[in-house]
Amino acid sequence: MNSFSSENRAGILERHPDLFRPDWWHRGKIAIGVGAAVALFLFGIVQLDIPFQRFSDGMVRLGGFVPLMLPPNPGSWAEVLKYLHALGETVSIAFLGTLGGALLALPVSLLAARNVVANWIVHLLTRRSLDTIRGVDTLIWALIWVGVVGLGPFAGILAVICSDFGTFGKLFSEAIEAADKNPAEGVRSSGGNHLHSVRFGLLPQVFPILLSQVLYYFESNTRSATIIGIVGAGGIGLQLAEQIRVLEWQKVSFLILLILITVSAIDWISSKLRFAIIGNRAIS
Amino acid sequence: MRTAVPEFPEARLRELADRYAAAVAAKRRRVWLGSAVLIAAAIAAGWMGDVNFGNFVENFWRFPAYFSSIAPKFSFSTAWVDLTEWLWGLPRWTRLLGDTLLIAYMGTLTGAICGFALCFLASANLVKSRTTVFVTRRVLEFCRTVPEIVFALIFVLAFGLGPLPGVLAIAIHTIGALGKQFAEVVENIDNKPIEGVAASGGNWLQIVRFGAVPQVLSNFVSYALLRFEINVRGAAVMGFVGAGGIGQDLIEAVRKFYYTDVSAILLLIVVTVMMIDFVTERVRHRLLGLEGSAA
Repeated sequence: MNSFSSENRAGILERHPDLFRPDWWHRGKIAIGVGAAVALFLFGIVQLDIPFQRFSDGMVRLGGFVPLMLPPNPGSWAEVLKYLHALGETVSIAFLGTLGGALLALPVSLLAARNVVANWIVHLLTRRSLDTIRGVDTLIWALIWVGVVGLGPFAGILAVICSDFGTFGKLFSEAIEAADKNPAEGVRSSGGNHLHSVRFGLLPQVFPILLSQVLYYFESNTRSATIIGIVGAGGIGLQLAEQIRVLEWQKVSFLILLILITVSAIDWISSKLRFAIIGNRAIS
Repeated sequence: MRTAVPEFPEARLRELADRYAAAVAAKRRRVWLGSAVLIAAAIAAGWMGDVNFGNFVENFWRFPAYFSSIAPKFSFSTAWVDLTEWLWGLPRWTRLLGDTLLIAYMGTLTGAICGFALCFLASANLVKSRTTVFVTRRVLEFCRTVPEIVFALIFVLAFGLGPLPGVLAIAIHTIGALGKQFAEVVENIDNKPIEGVAASGGNWLQIVRFGAVPQVLSNFVSYALLRFEINVRGAAVMGFVGAGGIGQDLIEAVRKFYYTDVSAILLLIVVTVMMIDFVTERVRHRLLGLEGSAA
């Protein structure tokens, strides 16, 4: 009988030399990878001009802010009402932005899906334009829309619609391409035309997935809608930026607390709805 | 060959048809109810968010007009001169874009390392103490929920203007986001290697190192790359609040109506983001593909 005791170690080593020889090629690759990552980090410190002194001084100052923030205190009830109104604007921006983006993206994502429109030029063009729209951040869209419809939450809604249009277009078309093609073939074989096969063979399959993706983004959009006010597009971000600028730390912490509660609440609701729609499935 | 199609008696048929109609009607009712709730919520949100279609229709022309005004002026005969004039700030903008990428990189790396350290504490299958798991998860949630721009605004006051607050803000947000995703990966791993290391006398660190890490590393790298992609977009707007990168120049160009500069900077940002997306997607597919073939 074999036993893995110390006297057998030499024997095992002798019989399986390959297993115990250090793999220098593999180790070298890892060392080079880690070395490159560290070197780039150090280069960043030099290039971005970040002396350690500044980091430590800043940390001390940051530590000084924390006691000023406690306890969170909005000041007066009038302020609370103002903040709650701004919060309502934020949620509205996220809700309408997500909804509008999803409604606009649905037809375009059909164009961008290879199994619906087999024309590669259409496919390529829609994909690239969606990528371009997605490459521009929500804040930049907000800046542009503020110039169009003026300051206020409406500009924020339009900005979220724009950036979600790009994201949803991509996600939706990927979900549609990943769909099982048997139902669509079934519809075709029983005499349906292409539109029928999309409507009755494809959409019923992907609709729950799309809906869950939309719900998932509702939560993430609530977070981006909280900051959109920084460029004047409505919501609680405007208040937050203002209070930070005038160093009203207790109000800042109150606002952050408000945001935390809202985002968690929406996260909870949307995940409940998501599980009700598709069950406990991962979203890719 | 004769086949007999079984025919139900009239009463049974009617019963089945009725039940089918009832099922369809119930589904219709659910859809109608859902749509009604959705529309009601949309109207409430529209009222709250000052949606004004009159304003929208009246001013919509400004949207395409804005894009045509930021478009560079090109004429065929002087194309080269026009191009150099349009991209006059190219050296400066390239440097700033490089800074932006570095901010995103340093933030992602710092955040990924801290998230890596914290994610094992937030995994219920590795840590017995419910309190540790709960506290770590709440800390991660805090880091994730507060938007990075808000952290940047506060950090700018503490560390002064420049890239440092941007890096830190992105790092903190990344800790929260990656910590959560990492912990989800760790909670879904195979328990046998962990039990194996524990059974042969490994302590907690050895369990994590030899039982958990080899299973999750490729997934971790994939998530970190995806986060880097997101952080590049985030770093591009960090300059809006004075936290370094190209955002500072962009917001200045927008605010001061340097129209062609806006389009030049936007184009550079979009191209950079697309390139990063392309590269990271390639690497991620390769990583996950390798994992698939090994399994």
